[in-house]
Amino acid sequence: MDKRLEPIVKDVQEKFGATLAEFREEAHLFVAAEKIVGALTLLRDTHKFELLSALTASDYYPQTTPRFHVIYQLSSVEKNLTLQVRVPVNEANPQVPTAAHVYKVANWREREVFDMFGIVFEGHPDPRRILMPEDTVGHPLRKDYPLGYEEPQFTFNFDEIRVVKPAPKE
Amino acid sequence: MGVEQKLGNMGVVTTTLENMVNWSRTNAMWPMLFGLACCAIEMMAAQASDYDMSRFGMELMRASPRQSDLMIVAGRCSKKMGPVLRRLYDQMPEPKWVIAMGDCASCGGVFNNYAIFQGVDEVVPVDVYVAGCPPRPEALIHGVLTLYEKVKGDTFKEYAVKYK
Amino acid sequence: MSQIEEVSVDQFKHLVSERALTGETMLLNMGPQHPSTHGVLRVLLELDGETIINCVPDIGYLHTGVEKNMEAKTYQKAEVMTDRLDYMNPLGNNLSYVLAVEKLVDLDVPARAQAIRVILVELQRIASHMVWLGAFGLDLAAMSMFLYCFRERERILDIFELVSGQRMMTTYIRPGGVWRDVPVEFDKAVREFVQMFHKRVDEYERLLTRNPIFIDRLVGIGYLSVETALQYGVTGPNLRASGSDWDLRKARPYMGYEQYDFNIPTRPEGDTYARYIVRIEELRESLKIIEQALNKMPLGPVNSDNRKFVPPPRAEIGVSMEALIHHFKLWTEGFPAPKNSVYSAVESPRGELGMYLEGDGGPKPYRIHLRTPSFDNLAVLPEIVKGHLVADLVAILASIDIVLGDIDR
Ligand code: SF4
Repeated sequence: MDKRLEPIVKDVQEKFGATLAEFREEAHLFVAAEKIVGALTLLRDTHKFELLSALTASDYYPQTTPRFHVIYQLSSVEKNLTLQVRVPVNEANPQVPTAAHVYKVANWREREVFDMFGIVFEGHPDPRRILMPEDTVGHPLRKDYPLGYEEPQFTFNFDEIRVVKPAPKE
Repeated sequence: MGVEQKLGNMGVVTTTLENMVNWSRTNAMWPMLFGLACCAIEMMAAQASDYDMSRFGMELMRASPRQSDLMIVAGRCSKKMGPVLRRLYDQMPEPKWVIAMGDCASCGGVFNNYAIFQGVDEVVPVDVYVAGCPPRPEALIHGVLTLYEKVKGDTFKEYAVKYK
Repeated sequence: MSQIEEVSVDQFKHLVSERALTGETMLLNMGPQHPSTHGVLRVLLELDGETIINCVPDIGYLHTGVEKNMEAKTYQKAEVMTDRLDYMNPLGNNLSYVLAVEKLVDLDVPARAQAIRVILVELQRIASHMVWLGAFGLDLAAMSMFLYCFRERERILDIFELVSGQRMMTTYIRPGGVWRDVPVEFDKAVREFVQMFHKRVDEYERLLTRNPIFIDRLVGIGYLSVETALQYGVTGPNLRASGSDWDLRKARPYMGYEQYDFNIPTRPEGDTYARYIVRIEELRESLKIIEQALNKMPLGPVNSDNRKFVPPPRAEIGVSMEALIHHFKLWTEGFPAPKNSVYSAVESPRGELGMYLEGDGGPKPYRIHLRTPSFDNLAVLPEIVKGHLVADLVAILASIDIVLGDIDR
């Protein structure tokens, strides 16, 4: 971990009770869901992390508590630092307060996470799906959503697949 | 096409109407300017200086489906794009043809998953498939020429049955 | 197949102004099939006469499910998907992914491979900017730009074909190095290209930079301030055209970029014209990097000799049993990666291209997230087109250089 990152991490840990994990020189801070907006605001205003590089999530199915991690990847242009903030979310209540007013980019990124994982961002200004059609059922990047793999057609299963495959009208 | 060689000294050529109509169709095919993904870049390259598709009477890409008679589906077609693709196809005037350019458009290619149609032939009827990921511009041109062969074989009888 | 959704204003009520609901302003749909949207982007415009009041982009028409599909493949096989994301920059995507894998499993790359990677990625940057410049010219009715730019791009693709056998989707950069060493003609081919291209950039500038029509259409259009850009996560040339000099090649050097001497072109204006100038300057800087990397290119192996992750060369397989076993194991099972996550980012022609990669101890990635620059660059569009004319929207859209494959993934 970068020397200059240590005071920042300590500050967040004291104010928001975060825990720290490290891997390959990267710092991962775990923050509780209700405190995330405060933590992000502090990091943006006081510690100059003005760029939210990525906002995504990860699904640890079949584990249910916490089933998801919402991941905020922050960069500081001024100080040239990076920091990852992770928020564990339970399956029973997949809700995180929105960060769309802290970082404007979070608006679209949160819509994407909602679309792909079904994690609801409370207070989001525009809670629609972004990538999938509006009438999709389910959330594709969850681990229990099937890949939708289609069997390639070989001679031995030629007829079988031919029957199922839809064809358009002329 | 070498009409000149067939012109006698009377300046007259005899042929069937079918032949003439098909000949003129093949030499002035207007593809729709419609790119979906990576293959569209190769389609652009096929029109640019090095390959120059206009040698085959195809320099006129039309942005509107109502003015075009060839749809080159260049790229992968997602579930969200499918209905749009079908509507564009329906808007094209008859007679119309479709080339599926690239592996994705032909069979789904590397993307065998929930989001992509495993071949646009599930959405629109396809006449010629061009293989490759992406196909080289030469391959696309070959695909177009293959389509010409097909069009040259069309008969009025078929049209009469089809559009009755 | 789902049907085309009939859109009612209700869905967009919170995004358009009150006047749209009473019918005072007009709602206009542009795309997904429109020649100037650079792919299958759909924008909903609220217009007062010809002035844009609100703009609501609708994306997802090219959603490919890349992230999910990569989770179902081993680390080596998943790489082919990255090529096809941002299809103007396949080698850059390879590099970004490969760096993430190397960081996750802690693998070193020999110096020669690094130099080759740098040369190819910079060539790819030029090729990408060439497509951009051609399309930009086309949108502004400078048709000949398209022909010139594609002429030069073909020369770069020839070099890619020389080294990898493929024009676009090369998958040439592999974890631990590159697929194989470059052929002997490579040096000459690149040098010839660089020499030719210096003159060509000047030619483009003569055509466009002082062209009064061009300037009239671009200067002062689509202003973007640094603060707004950072708020929206805009990176790359778009950010640098607003005055910031944030470039990952300088800020967090990877692949030995710190050895090369190059500048980061910036402009303070933040308008469409500035974005054009920055990209043109970047072409020159890329040429500089390529020249230096060629001159400094060390000899030696192009692949790491860590047989746990990198398959042995073909010649070894015939004589060594061990090599054969490694080869077999690597291509059937893949290699395991630790149960943890890394984030690594590179500077693509469009901005910060990041990979969030998570392993689970097995041979397949557990989760991959692609932080793609175009996504954020497009998100800022509603902000910067407000108050402009529809014709300016075309210029702005072209200038922010979006690639739909990059946005929808
Ligand atoms: S066939 Fe290959 S190049 Fe063409 S759209 Fe599909 S992935 Fe892209």
